[in-house]
Amino acid sequence: MKLLKLVPDNTNIGFVKLRHWAFALTALLTVLAVGATLHRGLNLGVDFVGGLMIEARFQQPPQLDKVRTTVDRLGVGDGSLQQFGDPRTVQIRLPLPEQGGAGAANAIVEKARKAMTAEFPGVTFSRYDTVSGKVSGELIQNGVLAVMLAVIGIAIFSWFRYEWQFGISTFVAIMHDVLMTLGFFAITQLEFDLNIVAAVLTIVGYSINDKMVIDDRIRENMRKYRKMDMKSLIDLSVNETLPRTVMTSVTIMLALGALLLFGGHVLRGFTAAMMLGIVVGTYSSVYVSSSLLITLGLTPQAGERKERKSIAAQAERVGPRDDGARP
Amino acid sequence: MLNFSRWAVAAILLPLVIGILCAVPSFLPDSAAEKLPRFMQTRVNLGLDLSGGSHLLLEASTQDVAKQRLTNMEEQVRTELRRGDPKIAVGDISSRDGKLSFMVRNPAQVDAAVERIRPLTQGAGLTGQRDFNVEVVNSSTIVITPTDAGINNAVKSAMEVATEVIRKRIDEMGTREPTIQQQGDNRIVVQVPGLQNPKALKDLLGQTAKLEFKLVDVNANPAEVAQGRAPVGSEVLPYPDNPSRVPVIAVKRQVMVSGEDLTDATQGYDQNNQAIVNIRFNGSGGRKFGQVTSQNVNRPFAIILDGKVLSAPNINEPILGGSAQISGNFTVESANQLAIALRSGKLPVALTVVEERTVGPQLGADSIRAGLIASLIAVVAVAAFMFFSYGRFGVYANIAVTINVLVILGVMGILGATLTLPGIAGFVLTIGTAVDANVLIYERIREERRRGRGVVQAIEYGYKEASRTIFEANVTHAIAGGIMLALGSGPIKGFAIVLLIGIATSVYTAVTFTRVLAAWWLRTKRPTEINI
Repeated sequence: MKLLKLVPDNTNIGFVKLRHWAFALTALLTVLAVGATLHRGLNLGVDFVGGLMIEARFQQPPQLDKVRTTVDRLGVGDGSLQQFGDPRTVQIRLPLPEQGGAGAANAIVEKARKAMTAEFPGVTFSRYDTVSGKVSGELIQNGVLAVMLAVIGIAIFSWFRYEWQFGISTFVAIMHDVLMTLGFFAITQLEFDLNIVAAVLTIVGYSINDKMVIDDRIRENMRKYRKMDMKSLIDLSVNETLPRTVMTSVTIMLALGALLLFGGHVLRGFTAAMMLGIVVGTYSSVYVSSSLLITLGLTPQAGERKERKSIAAQAERVGPRDDGARP
Repeated sequence: MLNFSRWAVAAILLPLVIGILCAVPSFLPDSAAEKLPRFMQTRVNLGLDLSGGSHLLLEASTQDVAKQRLTNMEEQVRTELRRGDPKIAVGDISSRDGKLSFMVRNPAQVDAAVERIRPLTQGAGLTGQRDFNVEVVNSSTIVITPTDAGINNAVKSAMEVATEVIRKRIDEMGTREPTIQQQGDNRIVVQVPGLQNPKALKDLLGQTAKLEFKLVDVNANPAEVAQGRAPVGSEVLPYPDNPSRVPVIAVKRQVMVSGEDLTDATQGYDQNNQAIVNIRFNGSGGRKFGQVTSQNVNRPFAIILDGKVLSAPNINEPILGGSAQISGNFTVESANQLAIALRSGKLPVALTVVEERTVGPQLGADSIRAGLIASLIAVVAVAAFMFFSYGRFGVYANIAVTINVLVILGVMGILGATLTLPGIAGFVLTIGTAVDANVLIYERIREERRRGRGVVQAIEYGYKEASRTIFEANVTHAIAGGIMLALGSGPIKGFAIVLLIGIATSVYTAVTFTRVLAAWWLRTKRPTEINI
C-alpha cells in the first residue's frame, strides 16, 4: 500500500530567509486584529456583561421582525436578537433589572414566555441564562486572568527548560495567536462567552504544544551540530518537524470539522474559534516563533552553557549522538 | 526499549483494562447499571447542559448578616441591662457604621455595665479574640464593635444553616439528585437536573420564611400610620392585601410567637375552600399563643412573613389547641410552597440569585446526540487518515485512541467527574491531540529510516527521541489545563477536566501502549522493512 504523505521527504524551505516578510505580515495582521477589537468591540455574551439570555425554539421558522416587535413590546429595555444556523432557534438578549434580583428576572422570563406563546403558539424556551452584573464582572476577571496566567506560566516554563530566547519567542507567538482570535471575534461579531475563553485557553495549549516540538528539535540539533550556523540550524529543525506539524494540524482540523458540522449550534462559536486558532498557531510556530530566536540572538553556544550550568539538565540530557547518521 | 517481559506487558495492560471496565457502566441503560456492584458504579455524570436542568448561584449579603447580628446584640444588651439586677439605665442607643453605642445614665455604673455585657460576647477564632469588642469612650459611652473574626464566624455559621435549610426545601419539593454546595464565603450553588420550570424553585429559595405573629396596634392613628409613623412600642409594616386599601399596618413590636416554635406546616383549605396553611406549635409556642389569644379576644393579630403582613385576622376566641391557620390570599401552589418553607425552617440570611442557567431537557438531549455523532465522525475521519498515512502503525494508533477514549470515560467515572457540553468538545479535541503523540513518533521513525537506520533501531530511536518531546509538549499543555481547572467556572471546568485526564491517559496509550504493540510485531514477524 502506498502511504499518504502530505509533506514530501527532506523538504528544505528557507523559513528563516522569509522571516522579515513574515514578521511584517504578522505585525500587520496583529495590528489589524487589535484595531478591529478596539474599534468594533467584542460581542460579549451575558456571561461577561450580565443580563438575560433566552434561547427560544419555534415550531416554524419565525419572522425575525415579528419576534423583535414582541420583544420590544415587553417594555423591559433594549433587547437584541441573534440567530445561528437553525432558522427555528432565536436567541433573545435582554438587560437585567438593576434591582429585584431573582424575582425580577423570573418575572421577565415569565412575561416573555407569555407574550411569545401568544404570538407564536408552540414556542419553547430551550434554555435561558441570567447573570448578574457582579458575577459577570468576576467571570471576565477570571477569564482574563486565566489566559494571562497560562501564557506567562508557559513562557516561564520554556525559559527555565531552554533559554530565555525560547521563553520570549513563545510568549510573543502565543500573544499573537490570542490577539488574532480576539480579532476574529471582533470582525465576525460571533458571541464571545465563557466557552470561548475555554477555546482561547485550548488554542494557547495547542499552540505551545506545536512550538515545544520545534523548540525541542532546535535544542537537539544545537547539541548535534555545534558548528552549524543558527539560520541553517533553525531551517533544518523546522523542515525536519514540518511533516509532523502538518499531520497534526490536519488531524485536529478533521476532528474539529466534524464538531463544527455535526456538533450542534451551542458549540459552533467554540469550534470556529478553535479552528482559527489551529491555523494561526501553526503559522506562528513555523514562521514566527522559531525565526524570532535569531532576532533575539540565540547562539549554538548558549545551549552548552546552560548544560554545564544546570545539573538537572545533565540528568535528563540525551547525549549528542554522532553515529554517522546524517540527514 | 523494545523488549517487554510478560510481566511488564501485564502491568501495562492492567490499568487500561480497569479503565475500560469502568467505562462500561456509562454505556448501559439506567436499569442495568443500577444492578452492578458498588465498585462498578462508575457512570459519568452528565452536566446540566446535557441532562437539562437548572444551575443557580445564590449569594448571601454579608452586610445583612452583620446588621442582623448587631440588632440581636442591641436586643440582648437592652434585656440584660434593663431587666437585670441592679437595673442600669441607658440612653441614646444607636447602631451606626456597624457599631452599637449607648450612654450609661449613671457614670458610676459604667464599669458594672461593661461587666454585665462582656459575657454576652463569645470567643471567635483560635487567637482568643472575642466576636465583639466592648470599649468605654468619654467615660460614660459604651461602644460595642463587631470584630472581623466575629463577622466571619457569623457568616460561616449562617451559610452552614442556609445550605441545610435549602437542602431541606429542595428535598421537600421531591426533586431528583440535587447538588447543593457552598462556594466561597457567601455563595451557594444549587444544581437541579431535569427541571422543566425552575420558577417554583426560585420562589421557594427566595423566601427567607421568617414567620412572626404580632398583635395589631389598634390605638395607632391611621393617618400617621399611612405616613409610616407608629406609636412607641409599635412599628409600621407593609400589608399589600389590606382590606382597608392602605398598604401598611401598625403592629406591636413584641413578638407573640415566631416560626421557631413551629413543629409542622401543611397546606389545607378553610371553610370557604380558600387555600391556607395549617400550622402546629410546639409545647411552649402553643402555650404562649394560647395565653396571648386569651388576653386579646376580639382584637386582631398580624401574621407576618419576611417583614410583610400576610393577613390580620380577628381573635374570635382563645386558640388553645396549639395549632392555627395562616390565611392570606394564597393559591394552592403558593400555600404549599409556604408550608414547605415553614417546615424547613427560616433562612438565617436572605439569598439572592446572582446567576442562573437553565437548559431544557430537549436541548440537552439534542446536544448529547449531536456530540456523539460529531465524536464518532471525528474518530472515523481521524482513524482513516491515520491508516492511510501510517499503515500498520496507523492502526496501532487507532487502537490506542479508541482505548484512550474509553479510559477517559472510565477515569471520569472513577473520579465522579461531570461531562458537560464543552467536555464533549474536549473529547473531540483529545482525539485529535492524542494521535499527535503517535504522529511525532512515526514521523521520527520515518526520519530515522531515511538516515539509514535499521528497522529495529529506527523504531527504538523513534520512540526514545519522540518521548522526550511528547513529555515536554504535554507538560505545557497541562499547565494550560491546570489553570483552566483552577480559575475556570462551569463550562470551562468541565472542559479542563476532560483535557487534563486526556493528556495523562493519551501519553500512556499513545506512547507506552503502542510500543508494546510495535514490539510484539517486531518479535513475531521480524520484519526487514517497514511501510511507514
